Amino acid sequence: MTGQLTEPALTPTEPRRLPRLVLAGRDITVATAFVALIALLVVVAALTAETFLTPTNLTNLLKQMVTTGLLSFGMLVVILTGGIDLSVGSIVAFSGILTAGLVSGLPIPVAMAVGVVSGIGFGLINGALIARFELAPFVVTLAALTTIRGLAFVYSEVPIAPEDPGFFTLGSATLGPVPVSTLVMLAVFAVGGVFLTRTPPGRSIVAIGGNAETVRLAGINVRRHVVLAYTISGACAGLAGVVLASRVGIAQPSVGVAFELDAIAACVIGGASLAGGRGSVRATFGGVLVLVLINNLLNLYGVQSFWQQVLKGLIIIAVILVQRTNRVRS
Amino acid sequence: MTLELRGVRKDYGGVEVLHGVDLVGHPGEVLAVVGANGAGKSTLIKILSGAQPMSAGEMLMDGATVDLRSPHDAHARGIRTVYQELSIVPGLSVTENLLMGNFPRRRGLIDWAAAHARAQELLDGIGFGAIDPRTLAGRLSVARQQMVEIAKALVAEPRVLVLDEPSAVLAGSDLEALFALVRRLRERGVLVVYVSHRLAEVMELATSIVVMKDGRVIERTEPARTSETELIGLMAGRRLEQVYPERRARPGDVRLSVHGLSRRGEFEDVSFELRAGEIVGLFGLVGSGRSELARCVFGAEPATSGRVQVSGGEVRFRAPSDAIAAGLALVTEDRKRTGLVGGMSVLDNIGLTTMYGMRRGPLIDAARRRERVGEMIDRLSIQPEGCASMRVANLSGGNQQKAVLAKWLLAEPRVLILDEPTRGVDMSTRIAIYRMIDDLARGGLAVLLVSSDLTEVLGATDRILVMNQGRVTGELRSDRTTEDEILAHAIGRAA
Repeated sequence: MTGQLTEPALTPTEPRRLPRLVLAGRDITVATAFVALIALLVVVAALTAETFLTPTNLTNLLKQMVTTGLLSFGMLVVILTGGIDLSVGSIVAFSGILTAGLVSGLPIPVAMAVGVVSGIGFGLINGALIARFELAPFVVTLAALTTIRGLAFVYSEVPIAPEDPGFFTLGSATLGPVPVSTLVMLAVFAVGGVFLTRTPPGRSIVAIGGNAETVRLAGINVRRHVVLAYTISGACAGLAGVVLASRVGIAQPSVGVAFELDAIAACVIGGASLAGGRGSVRATFGGVLVLVLINNLLNLYGVQSFWQQVLKGLIIIAVILVQRTNRVRS
Repeated sequence: MTLELRGVRKDYGGVEVLHGVDLVGHPGEVLAVVGANGAGKSTLIKILSGAQPMSAGEMLMDGATVDLRSPHDAHARGIRTVYQELSIVPGLSVTENLLMGNFPRRRGLIDWAAAHARAQELLDGIGFGAIDPRTLAGRLSVARQQMVEIAKALVAEPRVLVLDEPSAVLAGSDLEALFALVRRLRERGVLVVYVSHRLAEVMELATSIVVMKDGRVIERTEPARTSETELIGLMAGRRLEQVYPERRARPGDVRLSVHGLSRRGEFEDVSFELRAGEIVGLFGLVGSGRSELARCVFGAEPATSGRVQVSGGEVRFRAPSDAIAAGLALVTEDRKRTGLVGGMSVLDNIGLTTMYGMRRGPLIDAARRRERVGEMIDRLSIQPEGCASMRVANLSGGNQQKAVLAKWLLAEPRVLILDEPTRGVDMSTRIAIYRMIDDLARGGLAVLLVSSDLTEVLGATDRILVMNQGRVTGELRSDRTTEDEILAHAIGRAA
């Protein structure tokens, strides 16, 4: 796993509670624990829920992780700058219903592109408000959360279900056993990983979360990069909305409530710091897997959805505690 | 109370900065600690105040060994420290800052009238009655804030009071109030440890003087038995010549010229020129506006008025990026807050300024960057070996400073502004940095060395600009001036 997950070896100032694993000079204890947790979830699922390993369930699982996955990547980019984007759930609803509404008049790819662009637009506005006026990201995107949700209802109070079967392709088509939408999400993570680790804007975004003033004095336009981060998050949310509407076959203005929380949870489970500057794409993907597996498993067990929420919350706390205990402080 | 240090050593990550310090202070004594920057004064203060544990040695109070594990321990034993950096809360009133939660109450609620009266009493009692306890601390001048800071330390009636450069921001009647206070504390039997750069006031106030150099106490004397000149000689030592490279300036064409530059509330009507191959010092005490000026020239803050020219052409920097494009570089005074991204690698940090210029397609040209950064690491011998992928926060202070320098040198500047480049840096790194600056100037770079370190500004430069309260009050040739003359300009008392 990447260097963000595993801190470089230091002289510990507090006793370690877990033995260390080192591979090629890198401490991979946390990474290993993480992979082990996912493996454990899969094994437990396979042994205890008969339906887990059925092709139907696995395909469902792959489809279900698309929304959380896309939102989590966008969220990670924003969190790396030290910000937060609470508006993504509402953007999912808006872009979905906008696209579904436009399908009757526009070619399907164009309608879908417009949906994604609406997300880009909202992200741009979020970023501009935060960067230009130095407003708190929490407040700006909280306002955006309610505004955009309202706009989704203004656009259509009732769900829209397009009849053109082409509308369902993106969400339901498969390439062999793998859903196309999952491939789209994986592509976003792959490109996103390269973006964050190997391009100047990506490194700038990580650096801004670490120390914005240093970055500014290094001659990098901090505001522009902050706007970029929120725009990426908006784009991911817009895309997630389109994919979700296409998969379900119906767009609802009420969809996506609290989706932002799952996205934040995935980043945090993946070890991202809400203070910014630390987080990794791979580990966030791991966080998405953990969340989706837990959801799926509880569904298969037939656990009541309220209890699912309780359990999910407890599991998040547990995962973070393990990371925290294991983090060597400098 | 008698305070004694025996054989105190301190190392930071393997680098020893205090090499066995012995020190005794008695009640009613004003023990002045003097020394050049890097002599170990700050470390000593941190140990006395419990902010840092000693690596070896012991501390005794009235003959009994004590083990200070935190500032709280020190407080409990009657030791209070007033640092140069202010710790008061600007958004609270002076009263709240002073009483810090110990408010008089009436029926469970804070009795504000009684609280303000109590604060006023405290301030009157130490001769700082000119401060209104109802004012928000942040509204006071820096000097008055410093006085509140001192008052706060005295609320607990400490038996040992450590003052770190208490007079740096004070002037006039405030300064006299401080002196009167120190004398009164002495009469009350408090041990005052007084750390200061200002030798004149040390001679006036101290009952004994301890001179530190390179992490050791090299002399203990009294004002009656010494002189300022002797102290300077002791502080600097004979190593002065070896520390600073021999300079023979051959100034070339004008690289940077500043005309009547002002920034409201910080500095006013500043003009100077900087030529290729020249190292110019910019000296000033805390609050003189020296760092603010450097930041403004670099475009980090906008100027209120004035003009800046680079190589003869008018420029208007709206952001540091403009200044960098014009060939300027600024190594800021606080590498943690404004010089480095602590959580990122040495490679990322050194490559930060130049990364947009090192692209291949949309990606950073990783191979080229690794090579250029590697060259810089070798050239400045940034340790440890193979540190490029290490987190920069894990390097020692000196190596972090070199990493900041490397970042800017990679941008190949034509004008290099260095703000306190040797603060908190060990002696060997200092020497390396001075050598590097000298080499760069020989290569035609124009260097502005902003510093509050007298010996440094005198030893490492060709010419010195001195600032006092936001104005340039003197311009001196380094080979024809003295520390006293520089200081006189810096406190606005030059003849």
